[in-house]
Amino acid sequence: MTELAVRIRGAVKRYGSITAVAGLDLDVPMGTCVGLLGPNGAGKSTTMRLLTAQAIADEGELVVLGFKLPEESKQARAQCGVAPQLDNLDTTLTVQQNLLVFSHLYRVPRAERKDAIDRAVAMAKLGDRRDSRVDKLSGGMRRRLLIARALLHGPRLVLLDEPTVGLDPQVRQELWALIDALRSQGTTILMSTHYIEEAQRLADTVLIMSHGQAVASGPPSELVIEHAGHEVLEVYGPPNRLAEVEAEAGAAGLRTRRTGTSVSVLGVDGGNGFDVDGERRPANLEDVFVLLTGEEIA
Amino acid sequence: MSAIAAPRRSKLHRFERSALTGVLVREVVNFSSYWRSATFSSTVEPTIYLLAFGFGFGSLVSRVGGYDYVDFVGTGIVATAVLFSSAFPAMFGTFVKYQFQRTYDAILAAPVDTEELVTAEALWIATRAGVYGCVPMLVAIPFGLDPSWGMLVVPFIAWVSGYGWACFGIAVAGFAKSIENFSYIVSAVLTPLFLVAGTFFPISTLPDWAQVLANFNPLYQSVQLVRSAVFGFWDWDDLARLGVLLVFGVLMWRIAIHAMARKLID
Repeated sequence: MTELAVRIRGAVKRYGSITAVAGLDLDVPMGTCVGLLGPNGAGKSTTMRLLTAQAIADEGELVVLGFKLPEESKQARAQCGVAPQLDNLDTTLTVQQNLLVFSHLYRVPRAERKDAIDRAVAMAKLGDRRDSRVDKLSGGMRRRLLIARALLHGPRLVLLDEPTVGLDPQVRQELWALIDALRSQGTTILMSTHYIEEAQRLADTVLIMSHGQAVASGPPSELVIEHAGHEVLEVYGPPNRLAEVEAEAGAAGLRTRRTGTSVSVLGVDGGNGFDVDGERRPANLEDVFVLLTGEEIA
Repeated sequence: MSAIAAPRRSKLHRFERSALTGVLVREVVNFSSYWRSATFSSTVEPTIYLLAFGFGFGSLVSRVGGYDYVDFVGTGIVATAVLFSSAFPAMFGTFVKYQFQRTYDAILAAPVDTEELVTAEALWIATRAGVYGCVPMLVAIPFGLDPSWGMLVVPFIAWVSGYGWACFGIAVAGFAKSIENFSYIVSAVLTPLFLVAGTFFPISTLPDWAQVLANFNPLYQSVQLVRSAVFGFWDWDDLARLGVLLVFGVLMWRIAIHAMARKLID
């Protein structure tokens, strides 16, 4: 029997005529990392805000760490760490001062405050920048500090909203290492992302969101096999050739997707009779995503 | 089969000391990086007013409303200094922290509610205003204002009125769509209140209707309270004046919380 850190049933959140979250169900089991994967505007950030009661759901039932939202949200927030998508560090304060302020806001007991700050500095690998003002730090450093700040009080649940958005690929790798380390310590994480690779690497379970709803969920590898099969045939050629391939694949009962200059024929596992020249590659989460949502993603 | 995690409950109240402390610590730590400029403007501005009005105007009229002009202005300007060091920082500070720095998003993701956030911010601004509000009075002493024991009450009066103005400023920032909207409030609300507060000239020279309206002006009430304190004429009117300031403070506090909750919680 697994315990759930987050349980959402039928959550709906409307902003005027826009429905940002449209009947979402979401489970985050304790000790796992769940990735919310979806394009911009799919409702990921709104879902995150619902979990801290910074947005109040119009309908549905939300429970975080056993506390019912929004009524008991303050209790839940005391045991959650949040790293928002938009950096909201105090830029005129130093690394140390930012952490000190949040050690108070997150109610770290006085006796443990110093250790908590030291741990966070070490985790963010900012030991030599403790006394630097935040506006002197690089984007990657700031993001590490933002995540370390969320961990000061040893939260039972960590919410990471687009933790690597807007960062260089190399800096992104560093952050992945940091998040992976958290995961291996057994911290429960709910992470939103629109980077497929990020979800595939870090999440135990991925929930694909589109237009405010969950369209599929499961471990990344299972999602891939279930929806896109094992292998994909990538066929390159001029547009009329691609149209032909699409027609042939359709006749053979295979699904395809266009990716700019090529057509990907999904589920061409083993020798199931579809014989067209092209490059075979393993199916991935992106194939699943495009199939399920009809949307391309970054 | 999964079950919802058992909550680890500790009793939490609507107002929590640790939430208020958390927000205050942030302000105090930030203050350590800008106290010089804040202190400079809070000291220099009233001094300029005092010099300009005290010498400029004071050379034309030596006595106003039964006071030496420097005594009149040196006490009256306390309320103005409180206004400048509470309503304005509250308006601009709140807007910047909400809109540009997203500080409030960060704070509300921690175990702090809007009500606690607004209260702590107002407490902090009121405390600053309580201190800075006294500066013009102290500056007036070398220019001829006689020190008195009643001056010890002035920081308290400044604090109470500063709390109201801080909440006023937070509420304005909460309702404002953009920072440009502040000009309406400054021109249409604060400037008239500032001029009919009896700071630079007694309101007895104004038409009757303006004198009646002045009673509802918290700035006028704090000007009068400060004079009563410094010159030692306490009477029952002063209790009513304090009442006006307290009602103003509580009313603005609730309005500020309402405005900010609307802005911060979707």
